[in-house]
Amino acid sequence: MSLQSPSAEQKVAMFTQMLRIREFEERVKRTFTEYPGVIRGHTHLADGAEASIVGTLSHFKPGDAALATYRCHGYPLVLGTDPKAMMAEILGRVDGLCKGLGGSMHLTDVEHGFLGTSGIVGAGIPHAAGAAWAAQIRGKREVVFCFFGDGASKQGAFHETLNIASLWKLPVIFVMENNGYNVVTTSAQEDANAAAGEPLAIKAKAYAMPGVTVDGTDPLAVLAVMEKAVARARAGEGPTLVESTVYRLSAHGNIIAPPGVPLHYPEHEAITVFGKREEYEAALRGDPVPRFRGVLVQAGILSAEAADALSAQVAAEMDAAVKFAVASPFPALESALDNVYA
Amino acid sequence: MAQLPFIAAIDAGIHQEMRRDPNVLYFGQNLATTENHEFVAAYGHDRVRVTPISETAEIGIAIGAAMAGLRPVVELYMAEFMLVAMDQVLNEAPRFRYMSGGQVKVPLVLKAGFGFAAGWAGQHTGSLTALFMGVPGLKVVVPSTAADAKGLMATAIRDDNPVVFMHHYLLTLEHGEVPDGEHLVPFGVAEVRRTGGDVTIVATGWMVNRALGAAAMLAAEGIHAEVIDPRTVAPLDLDTILRSVAKTGRLVVVDQAPRHSTVGGIIAADVAEFGFSSLRAPILQVNALDTTVPYSEPLEAYVIPDEARIVAAVRRVMQTGR
Repeated sequence: MSLQSPSAEQKVAMFTQMLRIREFEERVKRTFTEYPGVIRGHTHLADGAEASIVGTLSHFKPGDAALATYRCHGYPLVLGTDPKAMMAEILGRVDGLCKGLGGSMHLTDVEHGFLGTSGIVGAGIPHAAGAAWAAQIRGKREVVFCFFGDGASKQGAFHETLNIASLWKLPVIFVMENNGYNVVTTSAQEDANAAAGEPLAIKAKAYAMPGVTVDGTDPLAVLAVMEKAVARARAGEGPTLVESTVYRLSAHGNIIAPPGVPLHYPEHEAITVFGKREEYEAALRGDPVPRFRGVLVQAGILSAEAADALSAQVAAEMDAAVKFAVASPFPALESALDNVYA
Repeated sequence: MAQLPFIAAIDAGIHQEMRRDPNVLYFGQNLATTENHEFVAAYGHDRVRVTPISETAEIGIAIGAAMAGLRPVVELYMAEFMLVAMDQVLNEAPRFRYMSGGQVKVPLVLKAGFGFAAGWAGQHTGSLTALFMGVPGLKVVVPSTAADAKGLMATAIRDDNPVVFMHHYLLTLEHGEVPDGEHLVPFGVAEVRRTGGDVTIVATGWMVNRALGAAAMLAAEGIHAEVIDPRTVAPLDLDTILRSVAKTGRLVVVDQAPRHSTVGGIIAADVAEFGFSSLRAPILQVNALDTTVPYSEPLEAYVIPDEARIVAAVRRVMQTGR
């Protein structure tokens, strides 16, 4: 099925998935104040990247796989994972997707093709290539979606893996979500290409693969670019590096503090570190979720009432996820020793 | 039974498993570069590949392939090359099963030589085994005979967990009897290499040979040492060691690494805790001296434990205690 000109129904489905990611992440954020203390450690939100995630994973077929970084809540939602199990995992509960052993940074849902998430920047990129080798051997035109951030493209794992993936023509799509910041370091401060005014996708040239930059806040633009990258991978022609430019609408993560200090999401680093309130507000004005809603409503694909109803329905789904997670008990203590070895 | 050099026995173990299971992969640097390479000829390029010098990607790719259902064996040549990719070895491969709540398996083998005390100087002679043994989720294998090299490699490939397969470089050309046909050596089962009632010596890798040499010298003076080779250090067969110490009352642990990075020290601590009532004398350790391994031949020999130092330690432990 070509998605180059998606039907009205497909566009509404994409919008619904974008809403689901946004509403889920909003609830993760809100949980810090509504249920203080139930989320521990560090969480990283996908708000702002919804269009990129959904535009990409619209090409996902059964048998494909996806791997990502610790900013990993968006992908499984699109792939069909139950948000109740995801939220319960983020709260460390027995009904969690990973039995409370992994938490926010390590969501995994093999049943839905979401193979795993490394919390170490760039470390998961070769894992995706390994899964792609397995797909290549199976020979069933299955592909692997490898998600990471712009920061990861400074890791050796990125460069080593792109070299091998291109050399071996592995069926993998390298999706670099470039949100412009590695925590509080701007791309121009750490990336020679960015400092020279070049797109980060130019790195693909060093590894003899196509490199494309796409507006990651436009789901239809992402959909179209990924169409080619996925087709190339399925045809056995090798990987593509897609730089999807997004703006992370929340801070890198919740504040880092020892127990006893209530955790919360601070303002974005553009404001707190660089004093660029206007940059952040411009990003908010370009928020991909309401923007795509506007596109659909304007095109007459979705009425405002239908869009509101959809929002309410998704909000209810995610409220139920929080309710379920908060009510789920902690795992039995001895389960800490389960699953150390297979 | 065939007489095989240790290195050929490892290959025999890999062949045994690649023949029976099409999911087994074998790859690494500087192998499979021609069509008549023995593994390429037998199994093809889908399963046997040369990689660039990219340890992080090699091991990371193995992890991803393993999570996707394959059983990769990564040829790393030297344990030190794993240091380039320690995140993948210590903090990726052993974590995914656990963090996913048991959803994925990561069956892979990292094959690496170590301890090349033959003029390889400071960066290719390390005895790094202890670095890996305390990582939950990781298994660590240290064969000391050709037969075990084959059988432990085969078991490592069949194991559903990441396994670090540490083969000692100075054993590479040692010949030994290796069973023909299917041969598997279980993990977590130590081998008593020599029986004796006076003192227990525990050693791994090349140090097993030196412990056996020392035991022969000691027998001539009437001291009968029992020599135990744990064969796998994770899992560790502590029971066999404790049973021996219960019999002998004395323990000497021999390890090629410097004192505070040894497998032997961990074994000594376990025996001190769980076998204290059996001990009739303090446990003694024979280790490398606390230094980088020097290049110059007499200096290298001075730093690495030898039979004389093991003999001296045993004599000392026989003279102390009750």
